[in-house]
Amino acid sequence: MSEEPIQTDVVIVGAGPVGLFAVFELGLVDLKCHVVDILPRAGGQCSELYPEKPIYDIPALPTVTGQELTDRLMEQIEPFGAEFHFNERVDQLERLDEGFRLTTDGGIVLDCKVVVIAAGGGSFTPKRPPLPGIEGYEGKSVFYSVKKIEDFRDKDVLIVGGGDSALDWSLNLQPVAKSLTLIHRRDQFRAAPDSVNKMFKLVENGDIKFELGQVTELHGDNGELTGVTVKAPDGNTFEQPANAMLPFFGLTMKLGPVADWGLNLEENLIPVDTEKFETSEPRIFAIGDINSYPGKLKLILSGFHEAALMAQKAHEYIYPDKKLTFQYTTSSTSLQKKLGVK
Amino acid sequence: MAKITFIEHSGREHTVEAELGQTVMEAAVQNSIPGIAAECGGACACATCHVYVQEPWREPTGTPEPMEEDMLDFAFDVRDESRLSCQITVTEELDGLVVKVPEKQF
Ligand SMILES: Cc1cc2nc3c(=O)[nH]c(=O)nc-3n(C[C@H](O)[C@H](O)[C@H](O)COP(=O)(O)OP(=O)(O)OC[C@H]3O[C@@H](n4cnc5c(N)ncnc54)[C@H](O)[C@@H]3O)c2cc1C
Ligand code: FES
Repeated sequence: MSEEPIQTDVVIVGAGPVGLFAVFELGLVDLKCHVVDILPRAGGQCSELYPEKPIYDIPALPTVTGQELTDRLMEQIEPFGAEFHFNERVDQLERLDEGFRLTTDGGIVLDCKVVVIAAGGGSFTPKRPPLPGIEGYEGKSVFYSVKKIEDFRDKDVLIVGGGDSALDWSLNLQPVAKSLTLIHRRDQFRAAPDSVNKMFKLVENGDIKFELGQVTELHGDNGELTGVTVKAPDGNTFEQPANAMLPFFGLTMKLGPVADWGLNLEENLIPVDTEKFETSEPRIFAIGDINSYPGKLKLILSGFHEAALMAQKAHEYIYPDKKLTFQYTTSSTSLQKKLGVK
Repeated sequence: MAKITFIEHSGREHTVEAELGQTVMEAAVQNSIPGIAAECGGACACATCHVYVQEPWREPTGTPEPMEEDMLDFAFDVRDESRLSCQITVTEELDGLVVKVPEKQF
C-alpha cells in the first residue's frame, strides 16, 4: 500500500472516550482530525473492558454504561466528520519540516501538523500464552492474527481458544489448511452459536479436528513449530503435530509503539504540563489515561478537560494568525453552525 | 474483616486483612500482591486476576457463574480449582481463605 499520504490538521492516536471528545473540542476550533485505533471499534477501555457496566461519575449523566457513553460521544462528534481508521496501530512517528508523519502497521500514512496521543492504557494487544520459548516462534509459526489467509495454505494449523476469534478463524482457515485442529479447554464456547454449530458440523464431517485440552509445551526448531504438547482434562498429555499455531486468549493493554517515539516517559506514562497538556515535544499532546502530571486522576472527566485545553493550543499552532475568542456553544451562532444546529 | 492468604508461585505467602463485601481481587490489589494484574478492575473482562482456590475453601467460595467460566477461557493453566478473584466476595465464612497465584497471568 504505497498511496499518497493523507493530509490532515490533527491525528489522534486512540479512539477511547478521551480521543473521541478531542474530536469535538478540536472541531469547535475548526481543526480536522483523523483518529486511529488498533481495536475494530471506538470506545477504548469503555467498550472493550466494560461495555455493560454503569459509570456513575460522568457529570450530568447519573448512570451510563461504557457502551452508551461511547455511542453518545460518537453522536456528539458526528458533525465534525472525523475519519476513523480502525484495526490499525500507529507504529511510527517521524518528524517532518512542518509537522509529523505517522505510519500504521497496515501501511496507512498520515501527515499532520499536530499529534494528539490519547493512547490510554496502551494499545490493546493479544495476550501471549506463558509457554516457554514462545517468543522465538512468533511471526514465523505462531501468530496472534491472520494478515493473509494464503499464509496458512497447506499448513497443519492449530487454533487454541474458544472465543469468536478462535471459531471464526477455524472456519475461515479450514478450506485452505492441510489440516485444522481446534484446541479448547472445554466443550463450551463464548462465541456466536452459529459459528459453533458450523464448527461442530465440520468436525462431524472430519474436516476439523476438535480436541479438549490446554497447550503446555511447544516443539520445533529455529522458530518453525513441529507440534505441541497438550494436557487433556483428565490430566494425561498428548502430542499434537502442527506447523502453524494461532492462540486466541483475548487482549491486554501494552504501551506499544508510543514508547519508541522519542518522547519523555515516566513509568510508561507521558509527562505533560497542565496548561495545554503538551509533551516534551511541541505540537505533540498527550491526554487521558496515558499522561501524567501532579495530581493526575485517571478519570474520563479529567480526560475531557484535558482535551478542551489542548485544543486551544493546537489551534494556535495551526492558525497562528487567528485569535480565538472564547465562546459558549449555547449562545455562539458560529459554534452552532459548526455543530449543524443552526 | 477476614484473613486471606495469597501464595505466590514461588511459595511466598502473604496474609492480608480483607474487608467483608469487597472482592478477593480488591484485597489483593490493595495489598499489592504480585501476580494479580486485574487489568479490567473487576469487570470480569480480562482474566488477569486468576487464582487457584485451595482446599478446604472450594466449597465455601462456590462455583463460577457462566460469565466467569467464559472469561476463564482467556486464562492459562486453568484447573478445576481455578477462579477469577474479582468474582469472589469476601464474607465472614471465608475468614482464613487460601488461594494460589499462577506463575504468570499472560
Ligand atoms: C472496569 C473499569 C471501570 C472504570 N470505571 C470508570 C468510571 O466509573 N469513571 C471514570 O471516569 N473512569 C473509569 N474507568 C477509567 C476509564 O475507562 C479510563 O479513564 C478511560 O477509558 C481513558 O480513556 P482514554 O481515551 O484516555 O484511553 P483508553 O480508553 O484506554 O483508549 C485508548 C485507545 O488507544 C488505543 N491505542 C493505544 N495505542 C495505540 C496505537 N499505537 N495505535 C492505535 N491505537 C492505539 C487503544 O487500543 C485504546 O482503544 C474505568 C476503567 C475500567 C477498566
Ligand atoms: S479483574 Fe479482570 S476479570 Fe477479574
